[in-house]
Amino acid sequence: MDVLDLARWQFGITTVYHFLMVPLTIGLSLLVAGMQTAWVRTGDRKYYKMTRFWGKLLLINFAMGVVTGIVQEFQFGMAWSAYSRFVGDVFGAPLAMEGLVAFFVESTFLGLWIFGWDRLPRKVHLACAWAFSLATMASAYFILAANSWMQHPVGVELVDGRPRLTSIWEVLGNNTVLAAFPHTIFGAFAVAASFLVGIAAWHLWKRSAEEPVWRSSVKLGTWVGVVAFAGLSISGDLQGKLMFEQQPMKMAAAEALCHTERPAAFSVFAIGDVSRPDCENVKSVTVPALLSFLAHNDFSSEVKGIEELVPEYQAKYGANYPVDERLGELSGKPIDYVPLLPVTYWGFRLMIGFGAIAVGAGLLILWLTRGGRVPTGRWFRLLALGSIATPFLANSFGWIFTEMGRQPFVVVPNPSGVDGVWMFTARAVSNSTPGEVLTSLIALTLVYGVLACVEVFLVRRYVRGGVAGVLPDHKPDSDESDQRKDDDVLSFAY
Amino acid sequence: METFWFCVIALLWLGYLFLEGFDFGVGMLLPVLGRDETERRVLINTIGPVWDGNEVWLLVAGGATFAAFPGWYASLFSSAYLPLVLFLLALIGRGVAFEYRGKVDSVRWRRVWDTVIFVGSWVATLGVGLVLTANVFGLPLDANGDRVGSPFAAVTLESLLGALAIAGYALVHGAVFLSLKTEGEVRERARAVALRVAPVALLPLVVLLLLVQLRFGTVWTYAAAIGVALAAFGALARLALRREGQAFALMGVAVACAVVALFGALYPNVLPSTLDPAFSLTVENAASSPYTLTVMTWVAAFGTPAVLVYQGWTYWVFRKRIGTRHIPQVHVPR
Ligand code: HDD
Ligand code: HEM
Ligand code: HEM
Repeated sequence: MDVLDLARWQFGITTVYHFLMVPLTIGLSLLVAGMQTAWVRTGDRKYYKMTRFWGKLLLINFAMGVVTGIVQEFQFGMAWSAYSRFVGDVFGAPLAMEGLVAFFVESTFLGLWIFGWDRLPRKVHLACAWAFSLATMASAYFILAANSWMQHPVGVELVDGRPRLTSIWEVLGNNTVLAAFPHTIFGAFAVAASFLVGIAAWHLWKRSAEEPVWRSSVKLGTWVGVVAFAGLSISGDLQGKLMFEQQPMKMAAAEALCHTERPAAFSVFAIGDVSRPDCENVKSVTVPALLSFLAHNDFSSEVKGIEELVPEYQAKYGANYPVDERLGELSGKPIDYVPLLPVTYWGFRLMIGFGAIAVGAGLLILWLTRGGRVPTGRWFRLLALGSIATPFLANSFGWIFTEMGRQPFVVVPNPSGVDGVWMFTARAVSNSTPGEVLTSLIALTLVYGVLACVEVFLVRRYVRGGVAGVLPDHKPDSDESDQRKDDDVLSFAY
Repeated sequence: METFWFCVIALLWLGYLFLEGFDFGVGMLLPVLGRDETERRVLINTIGPVWDGNEVWLLVAGGATFAAFPGWYASLFSSAYLPLVLFLLALIGRGVAFEYRGKVDSVRWRRVWDTVIFVGSWVATLGVGLVLTANVFGLPLDANGDRVGSPFAAVTLESLLGALAIAGYALVHGAVFLSLKTEGEVRERARAVALRVAPVALLPLVVLLLLVQLRFGTVWTYAAAIGVALAAFGALARLALRREGQAFALMGVAVACAVVALFGALYPNVLPSTLDPAFSLTVENAASSPYTLTVMTWVAAFGTPAVLVYQGWTYWVFRKRIGTRHIPQVHVPR
């Protein structure tokens, strides 16, 4: 494999891995802050226990989110230095803002939250939880603004062959990020919701102590999940419309749509190989005219197919790669404008499908546990624990679709915007030796693999431990005025 | 404007070296100063609430370099690829270890994570020193800013010396910090270690600064190098008199002077090329456009004071010394 393939695998693996922790951190931190608010306002111990239990799982997950994020921050310079040089004028700013505005708040207030139980006045402590969780949202916004700029470069002019920032507001207000941000946040809530429902339902099934805690968690999780899915559908529809405009090839690839159709049908699933040579003889179950509606809000509009788009792309961006030694083998070769169709086609469907399963499972569990009931069969346990994985999968497939759908570009040209601002992925990579990237790819993958086992082990242990496992030994603060004395033991210690 | 951002980045490095310097030092001293489980927990909990916030200084230094000097960020990070991978692995291990070591009540479990903290802290500190020094002394860059030559181009005698210099500094700094933040036996031991190892541990830093002075010397670096020596000496003198707070502050002054010397030697380059001075990246040719720098300046102008205020507040909230009597029972699910 050459450096390009290695670097792509590495980026894909490390980012998808990072994004397993990210949505859980974002979604769960806001829900935990909500639980703590409920406790502070009502004084109901049930909410205190919920805060403690879910908060502990949040922390276990957060640690992994942090360490995998650091790798991401460095990777642009290490493996994608040509990219960093090319886009630095635009792309570095949101990244730096993320650090300065979001990560500092996140890390500092989380430290205060973990160690501040009983030490800070209760309301201040609660404020720390909110500061932390809102900062996770802020960090998501900045990084998505950076990513959206790659999907749809705006706010720049081309100077000496490089994009130069002309308006930071256009970058931060890019219509692509305005759609991607709610979509990602709702996706994060979907993850946290299933996490709550699945684990709490399992405790109900096991008839663990503290039943009210688990019942409330199932209820909370289910409704959050329903709202999240509705939000995902609405924002996803918005993203789809933008994509037709900004990246027509990606949308055609999402549907494996060979030929222009009017009106175009939406394919629910396909039998056979959707990759290009077979494009013609795939049997697909379709909903007539739905794709036209998704694209333009109009059931009879035209949607362009791959065969028609390829010549358009060739006319605009060239039929062959430029002759450039940095392109390696690709130098001067014809450009393949079609992304990997099986990945885009199935990625899109699996994203929506797993999301739908998640919310369906949540509702089913809520209904099965209505009015104090608890199913006793083993299947219920399977349902509860299995449903946790579905929104994680949906999120991963969403990203895989989004990122691979924009190939062969790393910065996708903007059909309606600034001329000439685009970059081929092949040109973005560092001129490292394959050995370097292979070393880091192997090392990181191994370490991530080990850490995954450790995290799953810990989460299982703390889930099993239930509420009793996370409450502090000493009498937790029962009085508002009960401030700690100097020589007391710490309320929390590593 | 470019020069201003060069200074900002130096400042971010200073914040990083000063803050994470001591938490690296604590990790490096873990097996030395923590004789039993409770004592090790004392050590770790002196940095428990703050180490992650300290690490963000590095992320912001990296992010700010990306935004203000994309060429610098790209060339340095891709040229020092392998050392940085090692550094990242160390940071990963350390971060996870702090969070996870107390989560299972088993001697073996904790022993593993203690080792990770110890090794991770050493490797990360050496890595920072190596990359920073390699940056000051230059890398074999071609006209594109790409590295020519082996993946180990960043590993030279000078940069190895730099690695030792930063590690030595962190070691002493960590010990001084611990003598400020703990009580009882641990405090005494930390103080004794700081005084005992300082002459050896700080030597590489002194030699490094001499070398920088000889190679790139300007009045600035000269003054700063003397500043380092005086401040470090002062710190140890105050420590000997049990004025730990002052000693800690003087260690801060010492690292500030060291950063001034190193970045002063660099300026107006940001990353010299050892092949041909014409290929060197400078504050001019590696910088972003004036508009981007203006945007970043506004962000920094509002962001930085806020960060300093709430990070300062955290240190104030957790200002108490910690001793073995404060450590709670281990309480984890089985
Ligand atoms: C939609 C949200 C999102 C996305 C797309 C990414 N991240 Fe992330 N990241 C977060 C949302 C987030 C977060 C929720 O803010 C995290 C997760 C857990 C955490 O600690 O904060 C985080 C942590 C995190 C950290 C550690 C922060 C700390 O020390 O507190 C870094 C350096 C990055 N990320 C960097 C990146 C980079 C360079 C990405 C691009 C490839 C990236 N993240 C994708
Ligand atoms: C700001 C956020 C992000 C940026 C700047 C970004 C940037 C990039 C870059 C530079 C590449 C390598 C070039 C390529 O192969 O296309 C890439 C690939 C990839 N990214 Fe992203 N990415 C971001 C977020 C994410 C997230 C959150 C995920 C999912 C979890 C993700 C998933 C992927 C995948 C799967 C690939 C591999 C695609 C391939 O090899 O074809 N990305 N991205
Ligand atoms: C009805 C449902 C959904 C629709 C119509 C939809 C639509 C879309 C579209 C069009 C994109 C691509 C955006 C682009 O490339 O520019 C996308 C991306 C994505 N989707 Fe969905 N989606 C749906 C459900 C879900 C669910 C249930 C999840 C996760 C739980 C999810 C998570 C993601 C993620 C993480 C991305 C990539 C990040 C981004 O571009 O925002 N989606 N979705």
